[in-house]
Amino acid sequence: MSEILLQIDGREVKAEEGMTILEASRTVGIDIPTLCYHEKLEPYGACRICTVEVETRGRTHLVAACLYPVEENLVVRTRSEKVIKIRKMLLELMLAHAPEAGVLQDLAQEYGVREVRFEKEPSFCILCGLCVRYCAEVKKKNAIGFVDRGVRREVSFIPEIASKECRNCKECFSLCPTEALQARFLLTEALMSPSPSFEPKSEE
Amino acid sequence: MDDDKIDKIINKYQGDASSLIQVLLEIQRENRWLPKEVLEKVSKKLKVPLSQIQHIATFYKAFSLVPRGRHEIHVCTGTACHVRGAPRILDAIHRTTGVGPGETDSDLKFSLETVNCLGCCAMGPVMVVDGKHHGKIAPAKAEDVLKNYD
Repeated sequence: MSEILLQIDGREVKAEEGMTILEASRTVGIDIPTLCYHEKLEPYGACRICTVEVETRGRTHLVAACLYPVEENLVVRTRSEKVIKIRKMLLELMLAHAPEAGVLQDLAQEYGVREVRFEKEPSFCILCGLCVRYCAEVKKKNAIGFVDRGVRREVSFIPEIASKECRNCKECFSLCPTEALQARFLLTEALMSPSPSFEPKSEE
Repeated sequence: MDDDKIDKIINKYQGDASSLIQVLLEIQRENRWLPKEVLEKVSKKLKVPLSQIQHIATFYKAFSLVPRGRHEIHVCTGTACHVRGAPRILDAIHRTTGVGPGETDSDLKFSLETVNCLGCCAMGPVMVVDGKHHGKIAPAKAEDVLKNYD
């Protein structure tokens, strides 16, 4: 396989064709933050927190490192001023949804996000799609999926599949960067099988 | 719900997952909405996971997961129609049919939707019933138009 030489944060990096910027930088220990990335899954490019600045032929672009394939003589800056500004903004937006999420709080600390200027909208989910993609790509069960679109988009278990498959799996729970998924599962479970104390009284 | 017709549509595309949207569109046209049992049948025959069907059926506005009326009313609420009195048209429709935007009446006669712009602002306010445009419509006229449908 042909080798590609590129520059990441001023360092010469050797990469193989077909690698992404993220993979190449990880081989030399340059850290790019990710939220929706997972080794076992197809890159998705949803969270954009891995945004980096690339320079080709004198022009700079902002690209998602988890999707962008390496090119010969590419100059990548993973921590330029522009990139940091964008990550800060993304973190603020995500924190407006999931203020309690540990991963986000750590990143916020690292990037110096002190306050969230956006209206709080506690959906607790940042729509990274890890659970949806893990269930579809690795487990091939498709017990969870996205519904609706735009601001109303959310993840939702399919009760018929979830009731059969999920109780013994729950592997997606640990992937979730927030706790939204677990809450969603409990809600689905509760709706599917109400506990006896919540059983509606039979009509007289 | 006409089971035979729906089966015919699904069978036409048997096992072809890439025709999902086409199948859903045809069922939507035939049945005016997509009941859960039908989606399960589509999932089985086309070999598409139910979660993906749900994803698509909730993504496009053309699909409805709740029963729709026999007649589709669209009222434009774009800026031009809005200033020319679209809210009053909506009020008039609510008076005669009892449905608000996004709703369907109990005897499945009318479904009402608002749209953002139909591209004929000069005709505003515009009401579309089953694809027929009614331009420069007054609230009283809108009520008269709806009385012709059953």
